[in-house]
Amino acid sequence: MKLNSILATDCGSTTTKAILIQKIDGEYRLSYRGEAPTTVEAPFEDVTRGVLNAVMEVEELANRKILNGDEIMTPQNGEEGVDIYISTSSAGGGLQMMVAGVVKSMSGESAERAALGAGSIVMDVMASNDGRLPHEKIKRIRDLRPDMILLSGGIDGGTVSHVVELAEILHAANPKPRLGQNYKLPVIYAGNNKAQDQIRDTLGEMVDLDITENIRPVLERENLEPSRDKIHDLFMEHVMQQAPGYKKLMSWTDAPIMPTPGAVGSLIEMIAEKEKITVVGVDIGGATTDIFSVFQGKFNRTVSANLGMSYSICNVLAESGLENVLRWVPFDIDRKELTNRIGNKMIRPTTVPQSLEELFIEQAIAREALRLSFKQHKEFATSLKGVQKERTISDAFDQSSSGESLVNMMELDLLVGSGGVLSHAPRREQSARMLIDSFMPEGITQLAVDSIFMMPQLGVLANIEKEELAADARAAALEVFHKDCLIHLGTCIAPIGNVKKGALVLTAEFTFPDGKKVHHELKKDELFRFEVPYEPISAVFKPDKKMDIGSGKGEPIETTVYGGVVGLILDGRSRPITIPTASEDRLAALKSWSEAVNEYPNQNTNQ
Amino acid sequence: MAHAYTPGLKVLHHAKVEKNRRLPIKGKITKQVGDLLKPEDVVAKTDLPGNVQMLKVANVLNIGPADVPDVMLVGEGDKVEKGQMIAETEGLFGFFKSNVKSPIDGTIEAISDVTGQIVMREAPIPVEVDAYMSGIVKEIIPDEGVIVEADAAFIQGIFGIGGESRGTMEILVENREQELTTDLLNESHKGKIVVGGSFVNLETYKKALSLQIAGIVVGGFNYYDLEEILGYTLGVAITGSEDLVTSLIVTEGFGNIRMGSRTFDLLNKENGKFVSINGATQIRAGVIRPEIVIPLQEIEIPETAVYKSDNSGISEGSLVRIIRAPYFGKMGEVVSLPPELQQMESETMVRIAEVKVDGDVLNIPRANLEMVETD
Repeated sequence: MKLNSILATDCGSTTTKAILIQKIDGEYRLSYRGEAPTTVEAPFEDVTRGVLNAVMEVEELANRKILNGDEIMTPQNGEEGVDIYISTSSAGGGLQMMVAGVVKSMSGESAERAALGAGSIVMDVMASNDGRLPHEKIKRIRDLRPDMILLSGGIDGGTVSHVVELAEILHAANPKPRLGQNYKLPVIYAGNNKAQDQIRDTLGEMVDLDITENIRPVLERENLEPSRDKIHDLFMEHVMQQAPGYKKLMSWTDAPIMPTPGAVGSLIEMIAEKEKITVVGVDIGGATTDIFSVFQGKFNRTVSANLGMSYSICNVLAESGLENVLRWVPFDIDRKELTNRIGNKMIRPTTVPQSLEELFIEQAIAREALRLSFKQHKEFATSLKGVQKERTISDAFDQSSSGESLVNMMELDLLVGSGGVLSHAPRREQSARMLIDSFMPEGITQLAVDSIFMMPQLGVLANIEKEELAADARAAALEVFHKDCLIHLGTCIAPIGNVKKGALVLTAEFTFPDGKKVHHELKKDELFRFEVPYEPISAVFKPDKKMDIGSGKGEPIETTVYGGVVGLILDGRSRPITIPTASEDRLAALKSWSEAVNEYPNQNTNQ
Repeated sequence: MAHAYTPGLKVLHHAKVEKNRRLPIKGKITKQVGDLLKPEDVVAKTDLPGNVQMLKVANVLNIGPADVPDVMLVGEGDKVEKGQMIAETEGLFGFFKSNVKSPIDGTIEAISDVTGQIVMREAPIPVEVDAYMSGIVKEIIPDEGVIVEADAAFIQGIFGIGGESRGTMEILVENREQELTTDLLNESHKGKIVVGGSFVNLETYKKALSLQIAGIVVGGFNYYDLEEILGYTLGVAITGSEDLVTSLIVTEGFGNIRMGSRTFDLLNKENGKFVSINGATQIRAGVIRPEIVIPLQEIEIPETAVYKSDNSGISEGSLVRIIRAPYFGKMGEVVSLPPELQQMESETMVRIAEVKVDGDVLNIPRANLEMVETD
């Protein structure tokens, strides 16, 4: 079957978004989108209501009949209906899991990685060595009421007693699922295969036990895929069945419903693999910030559960400290006044910045939320811990050890941002600045934002398994991703190294497609922007002998870079970015960086 | 007429207030439909499973896990007392025996020959749920609790700390602009719910705590002072489980903001009544706002129909509160709701409402308005 039209929805906790993708002149393009409030909670308690409302909006805009009464018409028939319908969901708080492993930094961390990768929120990581006494663990499990538990521990054929002990704690706690009273809590066992029988004996009757391959069969290798698949299956079979209206929704879709972050992650993973690039993606929401990365071919996802721009905005303040937020605010403000304003945003989370001052404050906090989330991500996205490395004499002075972060900013090719504060910033320059200031890319890095956050829908599309549809669906997902989903902001060019203030750090020469050449000498602490659209530009970068732009200190690079709606940004600031502490100097520095990219209105009128 | 949906806070002279009073797990209901309730009446009770203790018998006796069942003197399901010998090794020729004594009064729940540990459970913990407010039992939720209903005046705050509390309400300020200051509080306020105007500072709140005042209702409070009361920085607005003698309900927000006139006038009207308050706040999907419930006597119930929220949102003529700088805390009336997007000073493109505030008409993003639901 050829795919000519695809309808996809994402049922978020507040809004259900529908998109229509059509094949027009041989190309898959996003044609229309609609949205409506999600209807999982009272008074509707039926998710399909919100889906139908969102689809109705698409119908009206597209002037095309998609619904037949309360049903989506598939496949397409003439100009009516769509070929397939797919959906993701994070409504009702998403998928909330607890994971357990014997050693916190080993099986515990692998279990966490599997759960996060599948798109869940990890409420707690329990481990034999987490420092809590058994009764404390039991109380915690009882209080949590997760949707699902992933239990792991031990390498295949290793000691069984530790992981069975964890199962005994689970048994004593008698955990109850979050939704619904009338079904048993799904528990996945993905630990030492030798302990499977004892685990079955201990937990079998009390919970809905599912046994899969060990997540860490040997110390040196993780095997996350079977657990991730199992989580998706159980999400569909158990958790979704309990959420209002999902049975009906599941009967409509042509592919399994995926948890929203799981779909985004799989799309990012696919793009990194297909284009052989390293990618970091971020989605900053009101309550949480999700970060996805692919470095050295390894995918990682983290959720900073309490770093967000509205519900948890005060937690950003608490975790980063007032000083760190204040350093980005380009005007003087009384500290008490600032904290009260941030507190008021927390209790009225849906408000928007009306004045420029409010926008400054909001974007200052966003920088810190992103910085902290990325810091957590770097600490989590590591090589496997507890692995013995063989060392030769040449490694004798090498300090590297197991558990090192995989995130290497110099290797990063593409940084994609999404979420209200990035996608809906009044100027794209502001999004670019927020991404650069918080992620601090090194070398040459492309920047983009997902304008309307359609990565979830594209993620499910890319994951369709039906053989007759898979190839077309993947092609459609990739095509729409590049043509409609991403807004290319431009490229950040940031040489790394230590030189004196004001010294030359990089000489850049650009040759544009029309043959025009420009040249810029970038100074230490300077930010400079060329306004050029998204097109290939030949570039030669010659760093100072103490600076590195990707090939080593003082080594020049000849390459192709891309502009965008913001353009090429040359960033001469150090890493991490240092901001002067004296108030006057700080304000002057912030002003000059803002003016360099025309970030805010009235910047050039000395206001 | 144009409409915009903006959730509002309720300030109602008369509402049918319903409260679900549920047990955390199934239990026994002690009241029947139609029973008249006082706030302290118990409506349902149950026993929570006792705390669990795990004891590594194999380690204590220095034996293998598989040998543990053989040395146990008690079996699964047996009751044990603190200090009772529960396991003993055979020793060597009857000598050098070692044993294990129970650390608690409770029941043996499981004995494991894999890990060599036993699971013991302490006595059940009784839990009772009270009625919270005066009213009647409207409905029984089988095995779980009851729904209490009351004719009452009902006011929602924006943020609170501390859980349920009750007492006689006393207004301590002359007007809604006046701060609640330390000199206004004295011993006679112990166990009462006191109402201030625009603001309460940390020092005054601390004095209220020391006087064991049951609750404070006031316009504003400083966000940064919360840390000293709670002992931690409040990162997410989910409150209610704090162990505070004095629950605090803020009606307007953080900072010094005079209390909304309708809120203040209604509280003033009901001055001296016995009220139930709850500071619990949850600002997420399924939002919970702090509340003041003032049950009315039959003769006090107005003849006008009970207010019903129609969730139709704001429209021309609606009374609204501005909830974001630069006009934060001001109240006004919606003049019109133009459909086109308009650019704000921040360059954000938004749908606005024209709001008449103190004679001026201001353009305010609709998202920055809160409807005052009043009857």
